[in-house]
Amino acid sequence: MDLRPTADQRALQTSARDLLARRFGRDRLRAAVDDPALDRALWRELGAAGFFALRLPEADGGVGLGLPDAVLVFEEAGRALLPGPLVAGHLLAGVVPGAATGERVVGLCDVGTGGARLWEHPEDCDELIMVEDAGPDASCGDGPDASSGDGPGASSGCGPDTSSGDGPDAYWNAPDWPTLAPLRSIDPLTPLARVVSYPRRAPRALDVPRLRREATLLTAALQLGSAARTVEMAVEHAGRREQFGVRIGAFQAVKHLCAEMLIRVDIARSAVYAASLTGQSLPVIGAKVLADEAAVRNARDCLQVHGGMGFTWEADVHLHLKRAWLRLEQWQSGAKAEEALAEALLADAAAV
Amino acid sequence: MDLTYTPEEEDFRARLREWLAKALPELPARPDPLDWPGRRAYDLGWQRRLYDAGYGSLHWDAPPALRLIFLEETELAGAPYVGANFVGLLHAGPTIAAEGTDEQRARWLPPILRGEAVWCQGFSEPDAGSDLAALRTRAVRDGDDYVITGQKTWTSHAEIADWCELLVRTDPEAPRHRGISWLAMPMDAPGITVRPLRTLAGPAEFAEVFLDEVRVPVANRVGAEHDGWRVTMVTLSFERGTAFVGEVVACRRTLGGLARTARANGRWDDPVLRRRLGRLNAEFTALWRLIQWNVGAGGEAGGAPGAGGSVFKLRYSQARQELYDAAAEVLGASGALDADQEWTAARLSSLSYTIAAGTSQIQRNIIAERILGLPKGR
Ligand SMILES: Cc1cc2nc3c(=O)[nH]c(=O)nc-3n(C[C@H](O)[C@H](O)[C@H](O)COP(=O)(O)OP(=O)(O)OC[C@H]3O[C@@H](n4cnc5c(N)ncnc54)[C@H](O)[C@@H]3O)c2cc1C
Repeated sequence: MDLRPTADQRALQTSARDLLARRFGRDRLRAAVDDPALDRALWRELGAAGFFALRLPEADGGVGLGLPDAVLVFEEAGRALLPGPLVAGHLLAGVVPGAATGERVVGLCDVGTGGARLWEHPEDCDELIMVEDAGPDASCGDGPDASSGDGPGASSGCGPDTSSGDGPDAYWNAPDWPTLAPLRSIDPLTPLARVVSYPRRAPRALDVPRLRREATLLTAALQLGSAARTVEMAVEHAGRREQFGVRIGAFQAVKHLCAEMLIRVDIARSAVYAASLTGQSLPVIGAKVLADEAAVRNARDCLQVHGGMGFTWEADVHLHLKRAWLRLEQWQSGAKAEEALAEALLADAAAV
Repeated sequence: MDLTYTPEEEDFRARLREWLAKALPELPARPDPLDWPGRRAYDLGWQRRLYDAGYGSLHWDAPPALRLIFLEETELAGAPYVGANFVGLLHAGPTIAAEGTDEQRARWLPPILRGEAVWCQGFSEPDAGSDLAALRTRAVRDGDDYVITGQKTWTSHAEIADWCELLVRTDPEAPRHRGISWLAMPMDAPGITVRPLRTLAGPAEFAEVFLDEVRVPVANRVGAEHDGWRVTMVTLSFERGTAFVGEVVACRRTLGGLARTARANGRWDDPVLRRRLGRLNAEFTALWRLIQWNVGAGGEAGGAPGAGGSVFKLRYSQARQELYDAAAEVLGASGALDADQEWTAARLSSLSYTIAAGTSQIQRNIIAERILGLPKGR
């Protein structure tokens, strides 16, 4: 029993960090802010480095590693603010031909109840998988959200092959199939579209509960990486910037902001790593809640520590905050997650 | 990354669980919180049972995994917590084990483990709390003794303690951190006056300790003369890093109780409260994971938990207060205002958690300066 990464895992994480520093350093990050089109060459390079195929069996050309290893690599992607449908690429690597190598870019859209219905990088995806609620009573129609009154979802395009209540919960879409509502993304690095409706013409047999769990966990890992990075940024700045003749990091008010940031990272990291080992739904949800909090609040505190400079477009702080807000909405929203965690308390109590 | 326990560890768990199932029903009734001699006897009696069953020294010499299993299982079974053995078992004992001579270990550790000696902590003084190095209690060398005069305060369990881990100033001329020594003082020595202090929670949990020319043998000093600050850091890291660990399991159990109660009394219908409890679920689960992380990290460094203990202590103390704030909401006015209600009493005592063992502000200073390397300041 030891929650810390092994030497091999640390080496894996370091190599991911090195690759990203080399291929997606600050210059590239800032260039992507001006032109967020996905860098296909980088995507293929990520594929070649095993980013997507990390957990596929070696016999299938994968790396044969596990969820904890994936979490470490995703943490690095979060640190670097690497844009693109990374979670989709990784989770669909064994499902969609070409995804593992990065030849094809595939999107994943949560259209379950309360799902964000957001499609990342719609212009760049070669195909898209819609993920509905798991379970036998996922309703027909145009995604359960349509009936919940949230948004203008219409039922047009519900394919004839999707009438059964316990059919598959995932649907393949060509990029031009779904009806989209345009949206100017708050995150300059992540173009978004809102999926209004989509056809259920091409069902896909996927293990949706597992897909959701893993998407939630990997998103939490991205958040964790961002949270860890913003602590570093705040500490670097506080150790350099001088006011009143001293480095601002000597002021307790600043120090204590930084200390709280670190605490959020440590608690989120423990939760995310442990959840990657058990893979169970509740720990994953709990990890996402804490990682979301760490990413969002750390980015805000980092901004505060940077003062006026932090409010500029030029500083990278806002990129972390905006990405964190985006990830917060993905896969497990705060309310839904907290309700699930509360419900589990009753179940626990019954078990005792 | 690995959360699995070995077959030997699981075997240990199974045997412990079996033992607890047998031992707990044989325990006497819990004493009244105001009955100090009763509490002392109860807490020592429990430690004696643990000792006889081979579990007495788990906090010190067991591999971290066994210690966590022990904490988990004893809590789940509803076993008594360390109580009056807190200082002896969880920080004075480990400090003596780490810094004492063979002779000192042989003298003081077995009675702690056998449930025969209660220790208290005489660190804080009226003018030396957060700024512990400002302590002024004087120890003047006289032959083979130190003669000690001064005052300690907030000393928990002083009334029923046999020994006190005492910080004294042995060299008033030296820079503050270099003139302190760490002594083991017998609480029955002439010249000691203990005056209980009532806490806001009602009972007298701590006391003022007045020292008037108390003679303590030089042989009772742990560590070199004037080197007590270094020894103190060892003690504090045990206190912050590991001493509260078992309570996290208890908090998780309480949280389940809150949910059940809320469901029964209708407050569960309030989504704000539900979400609050849900978040606390994530919080306490993660705190347990953080403990597992720290235990791994501490094992490597050779015993004493590092500044990482401050991260845990700070977050845990906040979470504990949030837990009992949520309890007040679950209980509603009549429960939350009833001082005899168990959770309400716990809410009151939870207020001390962000103060005792180093305030939250001090922990943040430590994290910022020692972990993050920010410039020193004030
Ligand atoms: C229930 C309980 C049990 C205790 N048991 C024991 C015991 O058994 N033995 C023992 O020796 N002591 C014990 N203590 C004492 C405890 O260690 C001290 O209360 C604690 O260290 C704070 O010291 P203080 O009370 O003098 O507060 P102060 O140090 O006066 O602090 C007052 C306020 O000022 C803030 N502050 C002080 N310095 C700084 C700084 N540098 N930066 C930012 N803020 C600062 C503090 O955070 C706090 O908010 C106990 C305390 C409690 C509440």
